Amino acid sequence: MLKAKIQDAFNEPGCDKNVAKDDAERKKGCAKRLTPGAAAGGCAFDGAKIVLQPITDVAHLIHAPLACEGNSWDNRGAGSSGSNLWRTSFTTDLTELDIVMGNGEKKLYKAIREIKDRFSPPAIFVYSTCVTALVGDDIEAVCRHAAQKFGLPVVPVNAPGFVGSKNLGNKLAGEALLDHVIGTVEPDDVSLTDINILGEFNLSGEFWMVKPLFERLGIRIRACIPGDARYLDVAAAHTARATMMECSTALINLARKMQERWGIPFFEGSFYGISDTSDALRQTARLLVGRGAALDLIERAEALIAEQEACAWAGINAYRPLLEGKRVLLNTGGVKSWSVVSALMEIGMEIVSTSVKKSTAEDKERIKQLLKDDNYMFDAMAPRDLYKMLADNKADIMLSGGRTQFIALKAKMPWLDINQERIFPYAGYDGMVELVKRIALSIHNPVWQQVREPAPWDDNGHLIGRATAPEVELAEDRDDHFLAHHRKKFVGADASDMAEC
Amino acid sequence: MTKVISIQKAAAINPLKSSQPLGAAFALLGIDAAMPLFHGSQGCTSFALVLFVRHFKETIPLQTTAMDEVATVLGGADNLEEAILNLKTRTKPKLIGVCTTALVETRGEDFSSDLANIKRKRAEELAGTEVILVQTPDFDGAIEEGWSKAVTALIGLVRHEAPKRIIPGRINILPGWHLTAADLELLRETAEAFGLDAIIMPDISGALDGTVPDRWIPTTYGGTSVDAIREMGRSAHTVAIGEHMRTPARRLREVAGVPFTLFETLTSLKSVDRFIALLAEISGRPVPARISRRRSQLQDALLDGHFHFGGKRIAIAAEPDHLFMLATFFSGLGADIAVAVTTTGQSPILEKVPATKVKVGDLMDFEDLAAGCDLLVTHSHGRQAAERLGIPLMRVGFPIFDRLGTQHKRTVLYEGTRDLIFEVANLFQANLHPATPEELNPFRNSGEHHDRDTQTAHH
Repeated sequence: MLKAKIQDAFNEPGCDKNVAKDDAERKKGCAKRLTPGAAAGGCAFDGAKIVLQPITDVAHLIHAPLACEGNSWDNRGAGSSGSNLWRTSFTTDLTELDIVMGNGEKKLYKAIREIKDRFSPPAIFVYSTCVTALVGDDIEAVCRHAAQKFGLPVVPVNAPGFVGSKNLGNKLAGEALLDHVIGTVEPDDVSLTDINILGEFNLSGEFWMVKPLFERLGIRIRACIPGDARYLDVAAAHTARATMMECSTALINLARKMQERWGIPFFEGSFYGISDTSDALRQTARLLVGRGAALDLIERAEALIAEQEACAWAGINAYRPLLEGKRVLLNTGGVKSWSVVSALMEIGMEIVSTSVKKSTAEDKERIKQLLKDDNYMFDAMAPRDLYKMLADNKADIMLSGGRTQFIALKAKMPWLDINQERIFPYAGYDGMVELVKRIALSIHNPVWQQVREPAPWDDNGHLIGRATAPEVELAEDRDDHFLAHHRKKFVGADASDMAEC
Repeated sequence: MTKVISIQKAAAINPLKSSQPLGAAFALLGIDAAMPLFHGSQGCTSFALVLFVRHFKETIPLQTTAMDEVATVLGGADNLEEAILNLKTRTKPKLIGVCTTALVETRGEDFSSDLANIKRKRAEELAGTEVILVQTPDFDGAIEEGWSKAVTALIGLVRHEAPKRIIPGRINILPGWHLTAADLELLRETAEAFGLDAIIMPDISGALDGTVPDRWIPTTYGGTSVDAIREMGRSAHTVAIGEHMRTPARRLREVAGVPFTLFETLTSLKSVDRFIALLAEISGRPVPARISRRRSQLQDALLDGHFHFGGKRIAIAAEPDHLFMLATFFSGLGADIAVAVTTTGQSPILEKVPATKVKVGDLMDFEDLAAGCDLLVTHSHGRQAAERLGIPLMRVGFPIFDRLGTQHKRTVLYEGTRDLIFEVANLFQANLHPATPEELNPFRNSGEHHDRDTQTAHH
């Protein structure tokens, strides 16, 4: 069952990279075999949970020994405008006895009942993991039985960690929604301007920066999956008229199958960057009009875009004096939005290097055009090399995810989080202004000068340079007034000031 | 004797525990040039790694044998070998600590003979790197058990061939996992004040106390060196801190004959007095004046602080030894331990916790029991409970991901106890609720006001 699902996930006509492969290559899957002792990144379970957990009113129950959930709960900053149940952690926390005695399925069933009794969620999602898959717990049967008995949806998410990477887990989560959730509820308020957004996580609440743009055009978000989603909205997502898909590698299978099954056209877009945001609004309007929405939607969208773009550029240009000529090192798993890069370049920043680890051939072509030099691209840089590049002052800031944060910081180099743990919202027009502001604040923080200044003594503790100069001066002149003057002069001085005395 | 109540429900809600292999890796992070290696799926490592990074705000060396479905079915020995060799080539560590996880333990293999085979077969490639095994399935124990097992395994490196010369001015310190980097520095300085040289093992200060080295280092840096561990058998005495350090201390006594003294806590005037007396005895030196001065400062802190503690209802959720340390600290200042929740039920220290009962459970049990308390004491995951209950939260233990500087906080000896008193007293003072006329009304409990809390009371 799961084998077939995984093979299916590896065959993705919606993915350019996948289509370019031959049959044998495709069968091997998207991820390369991990090297023991040299692997990084999450497992399939991690990936599945990342995609589904931000559905806010669902109880997410992890069927596993402690670590899978106990070491990872409440760790993501997705925003919820309603229920906070998604931040409550549920696990069967299997003990040795549970495993040896084969009590797993019974314990799972009881756990579902306890959660239903205490929290009455609209649905419970049950996640399998390595150990429970290994001992053969049939979570699909337990979920089916519990759903009948308790009269609420109990959704099995079958993505144990050892079947593969985080990305595969993302896709298996999409499959779980297709198999058990989407299409199970028929809403009574369907309209011609309902859309879905897939792959939007509402990190730091950033979807709330773009949602009002759609609303101003009279477009309703039927379901944003998973950011700030409610179970019933996801269950009714099949009634939307168009889909925008963000972060394509995560949920492309879901977008494509929703098109096949319910005829919902989709486009791939992004809210990062000004032109990407405009494009998203434009394409949404076009798809909706194509399916019967009023024709003036396109005009109204263009008017809104013109107004918002002007505003955003004015905001960004204010930072030009601070950022012109500054060098950016991009180290992220494939830049998802080229309009961010082009906006940074537009105000005079220089991209000195970028990772192309997860980029497609098409992406690489775009990078070449933008950067005009192949040498700027690297596949994956060893931490040691990355550290050296930063320590040698080959860039003014690194933009990356949390994983490489301390490489930059230990090299005393400004760093900005542009991945999922970030605390500032960067979506839409306002988000781009915020990003540029954060880059400027980071580069110009006075802390960099301070931390780069060496101590005024050597490795053996002997003072170096002319740090002792003030005392020499003082010794030469005993005049009290002079002394007092000089003492005052050094009030508030720090080590860096002393070196120049 | 305190009653220990075990888990009765099927769903753990808001876990209090972190996993056992994480505890073992934690200890290995206190060894210089070490590389902890989880034998399991890559997610096991990734989750622990991310949690460590969120707590310490440092790069954490932690690797995985990357067990996939096929390896899980066929057996993991090949993955283990490949991982060890890769780590050796890429990072040249002095020590690789293999920690098993629930996945490989559920399958059940003979890890120690697998590892012995690898070490024999690859002796040449692995020269200069020790490889140890710690069996830490996630379905058992928590941080404390994992830490204790890893330290016990590390004791296996101690050189014990006779004859050996004892170094009279040297002691071993085996700290529990719940001591901070600042605590370890303080212990070392205190020993040095008596002219004693201390081997602290593990020693998480150095790598995890936030320093900036001048080059990129892929393994741990700072911490106890493997050479120092080998020499622990020659020390005059061992000080173990926390009941979970009894097993490694005993093991060290068995293999190398080093006598030990176990301190269940070092966060009270009395226990610190005992510790200082022990150092004076071992060193044969008088207690330095500055230590007497610290003692006097603690006396004053106890006097100034007790006003804020007396009669307060405290709810604590922590691993067994940490729970004991905190509960005796609070009750020593006149507070009442109204709620005590812990991770696992096996530790004998639980029966000594100054509370009527200790519940083995999760943070939902904690939240259910803690309503009406004056202070919640647990790690950062207690923040949701604190918000819902409207009770201030004192963050202790692991993980603390929403506050900075945890590793620089002192929690033991005279200084640490003094600092803790101030921290708690300040928390109380920052959350004072001025009395309302209704609360102070002498008739508040009589008939006419019996339902004064409801809206209808004023009709």
